[in-house]
Amino acid sequence: MNPILLTPGDVAIAAVLIAFDGALSIYLGLGLHRQLAWAAGRMVVQLVLIGYVLSYVFALASPAVTLLVVLAMAAMAGREVAARPEQTLVRFGNYAVGATSVVLATAITATLALTTAIRPQPWYDARYAIPLAGIILGNVMSNASLALDSLLGGVVREKGAIEAQLALGATFSEAMLPLLRASVRRALLPLINTMSAAGIITLPGIMTGQILAGMAPMEAVKYQILLMFLLGGGSGIAAIAVALLAARKLTDRRARLRLDRLTHRGKT
Amino acid sequence: MTDAAAPPRLALSGLRSRLAGPFDLDVMAASCVAISGPSGSGKSLFLRMIADLDPNEGRAALDGRARESFSAPAWRRLVLYSAAEPGWWNENVEPHFPGPMLGAARALAPTLGLTAGQVGGAVNRLSTGERQRLALIRALVRKPSVLLLDEPTGALDPEATARAEALLRERLAAGLAIIIVTHSAEQAERMAARRFVMQAGRLSPA
Repeated sequence: MNPILLTPGDVAIAAVLIAFDGALSIYLGLGLHRQLAWAAGRMVVQLVLIGYVLSYVFALASPAVTLLVVLAMAAMAGREVAARPEQTLVRFGNYAVGATSVVLATAITATLALTTAIRPQPWYDARYAIPLAGIILGNVMSNASLALDSLLGGVVREKGAIEAQLALGATFSEAMLPLLRASVRRALLPLINTMSAAGIITLPGIMTGQILAGMAPMEAVKYQILLMFLLGGGSGIAAIAVALLAARKLTDRRARLRLDRLTHRGKT
Repeated sequence: MTDAAAPPRLALSGLRSRLAGPFDLDVMAASCVAISGPSGSGKSLFLRMIADLDPNEGRAALDGRARESFSAPAWRRLVLYSAAEPGWWNENVEPHFPGPMLGAARALAPTLGLTAGQVGGAVNRLSTGERQRLALIRALVRKPSVLLLDEPTGALDPEATARAEALLRERLAAGLAIIIVTHSAEQAERMAARRFVMQAGRLSPA
């Protein structure tokens, strides 16, 4: 079965709905119409651009360019992870921790899927590698950012408890263990919710997309299950990496708690 | 070369951080040093520096052995800092006394006017004074060589304070070295032969 292709005109009809939102904002005095127009415009431009980039990269079939695109996406994801927590590690620590963790999680899970389950020829074919890396990055990004926020917030809140343990001769890992546990746990809960709700409360986006594109439902379901497992593994790797890397930045070789390496900022 | 005299239990020289110091101080075994001074003068910073909880420079040695030759946790177990507001890392009291320490803590509790039962239960059901006494027990059952006490009786009534001081004097007689930060001149006089005043990050004899 072939996908039903859309013309720009078809898409323009749907844009009427955004215009309706804008009218609603003006009529009810919500003050959202400018933001709405800007966001909608931005969305269209970004997606069209990425469409051109992807077409170009797919045609190029160069492993180096594919890697470059994936790394650029990972850098953006790292920035998102870094931007969420109220507490930030000095010297771009949040960014380093966030980017390292999402890259690690994505590299491991995407490579596993590409070399064992999906197996395109070659395995790094941009047509598979880029979308797969993209969806994994997008998901582990939010888990990583939850873990980071939870750890950095917790370390400030629990300063007294952590230092009490250190002062009594505990190692830094012993003193941090409860907090590490709590932040990894916090990062993994959304995953459990998403998996539990899949197919009953929500029809996952990838599956919906593939069914709309003409794939048989059972085939789409298999892809979705594979993807859920990848996201599950990726979230776990990202959460534990974030927690361990951030904790390491909060101590020194004399096992002190170095809160001087944290700065607080207003909510972004 | 032979030296008949034992090295001081705790020897500090040129100990300083960005905020306080430099400090030079020797504390012999079985002796107590008291430090008083206005809030914010650096008393707690000094104790934290000795315990190596904040970045600092200079030399510290325990019984003649340099601090760098100990792992940081090993040093802190021996040169133990007890904060003015003790932190608790579990909602229950018992997990703060692992292994045989729990029995030792229950045995010590009556000495400070606590019941052995108060060593169990929830931390937030205890009063500030009860928590402060438990923090002192928590430090003592770890058998440190040097005890760094930051306002250990600040939240205690006169009777509980007297009990705490009696217990500390008993440990002093057994060889423990103590540096005590206190706002009470009477307590300093009762506990310590050597008394100092902290002023703007500098230590001078009282």
